[in-house]
Amino acid sequence: MKRYLLQRLLLLLPTLLGALTLVFLLIHLIPGDPVEVMLGETATAADKEGLRRSLGLDRPLAAQYGSFLTGLLSGDLGRSLSEQIGVADLIRARVPATIELTLCAMTVALGLSFILALLAAMYKGSWIDRIALFFSLLGLSMPNFWLGPLLMIVFSILLGWLPVSGRGGLDHLILPSLTLGLAMAAILTRILRVNLLRAVREDYVRTARAKGLSESQVWLKHTLRNALLSVITIVSLQFGSLLAGAIITETIFSWPGVGRLTVQAIQTRDYPLVQGCVLVIAVSYLLVNFLTDIFYHLIDPRIVYGK
Amino acid sequence: MESKGWFYVGLIILLLLVATALFAPALTAYDPAQQNLENDLLLYSSEHPLGTDKLGRDILSRTVYGGRISLFVGVTTVAISVFVGLVVGSLSGYFGGWADQTLMRVIDVLLAFPGILLAIAITAVLGPGLSHVILALCLIGWTSYARLVRGEILSLRETEFVQAAHALGCNAPRVIFIHLLPNLLPPLLIQATFGMAAAIIGEGSLSFLGLGVEPPTPSWGSMLNEGRQFLLVAPHLTTYPGLAIMITVLGLNLVGDALQDRLQARGR
Repeated sequence: MKRYLLQRLLLLLPTLLGALTLVFLLIHLIPGDPVEVMLGETATAADKEGLRRSLGLDRPLAAQYGSFLTGLLSGDLGRSLSEQIGVADLIRARVPATIELTLCAMTVALGLSFILALLAAMYKGSWIDRIALFFSLLGLSMPNFWLGPLLMIVFSILLGWLPVSGRGGLDHLILPSLTLGLAMAAILTRILRVNLLRAVREDYVRTARAKGLSESQVWLKHTLRNALLSVITIVSLQFGSLLAGAIITETIFSWPGVGRLTVQAIQTRDYPLVQGCVLVIAVSYLLVNFLTDIFYHLIDPRIVYGK
Repeated sequence: MESKGWFYVGLIILLLLVATALFAPALTAYDPAQQNLENDLLLYSSEHPLGTDKLGRDILSRTVYGGRISLFVGVTTVAISVFVGLVVGSLSGYFGGWADQTLMRVIDVLLAFPGILLAIAITAVLGPGLSHVILALCLIGWTSYARLVRGEILSLRETEFVQAAHALGCNAPRVIFIHLLPNLLPPLLIQATFGMAAAIIGEGSLSFLGLGVEPPTPSWGSMLNEGRQFLLVAPHLTTYPGLAIMITVLGLNLVGDALQDRLQARGR
């Protein structure tokens, strides 16, 4: 286990450093003068000079990169231009809302996909199976920037059952979670259905049936449990899509998370904040993948790095 | 319906879409940017079957012309990404060594950014515009093709027909382009079909966030973004461009799924 952990860490560190470098370079990639882009053409020379100095853009690139990395180690992500407070503080205040939404979306996705995939596999070839497959194809084809407004029109405006936007009680969570989780549910349904159909042909399932277990016991206790392993990897990979999708979902439903903060930062040309948000999302994604690999190895020690 | 049937359904959808985009001027009565403030937010009229937006522009024209943008972004992004992925993946897989390791680490770094996050960051920095959208989508798109090509070449490199080509004195470009490439085409075609769907959704997402195509050029994503402000009074503004994206992506997914099924059946 120690060796596996070390190997994964050795692989993670250069990727992490590469991602940090790329995010750092983004702000320096702005064509022309980045300060002019941030402040607009009407800003005075003194304003531009002040901002250039406060962002450290008057120093050599290598020195700026060094300060950027040192700052990161102490949790300093720079200062927001629009809010005039630390980027880390702004992001920290928004993280709980994003975690809440992401976890709820994941719950929706897992719940829906488990039910649909199990029913589809149990009744393979029937109309239930066809509906489940059609749902998964539809879920994959429906972008969340349309699904969100569509759900809003039906459930908030026409029926008046759920709030239009904002963060509050459980009712505020339903539409954003559905919007964010439906695509993941579609992908999981397809994968889980295939895995269930593969697992049900195994000898241990035949033995379970021969022992006289009921069909529900065979499916839930034996087949589903063994089909779950692959789902862990998919959930981990899809976690990244959820984080990226949260940018759009949070914007649609005015959900006060990191995604909406990113869009607000882009709209106000607050580049240090954009940089901070992108960095936090990318690092979270890398860490989740890393933890999943470790977890995957723990539950199935046969999995070894490089094989 | 069998996979073949779904393939034809998807293909018909895509052919209709291409025809609509190509013959857009003949199919629509209005310029997509033509404003008529006296007819704003119409739900339906005989002149405007799909209604008008807040500036009185014809939704049908804008949806049809928006398809041109989506198709253009999808085809261009996939073409550039496949080309780059093919070159990088071939060199990486065929020659191996430090170049392979470096390229794979570069891909790892780019894949550290989930979904379209990197595309959002790039267009946020470069500013909105069609070329910036394509550049941003290509920058994340080529990685999947490079990985696929590298993997395929690694598995094909040791096969008998490649060994025979080497024994006959074929040089590296000849082995790659004449012997290996034909074997790479089926999986590449499938990946390209799904990649096109992803590029269309990517363009829509960026335009929805105001980072895509600049007004007054119609794009399905930007139409959805504009329509979002009028959900209460004019829900039709978001309905048609949303439906257009969904049908297009559905068509591509149906074709991609059917091709994948066929390839897997051939592999068995």
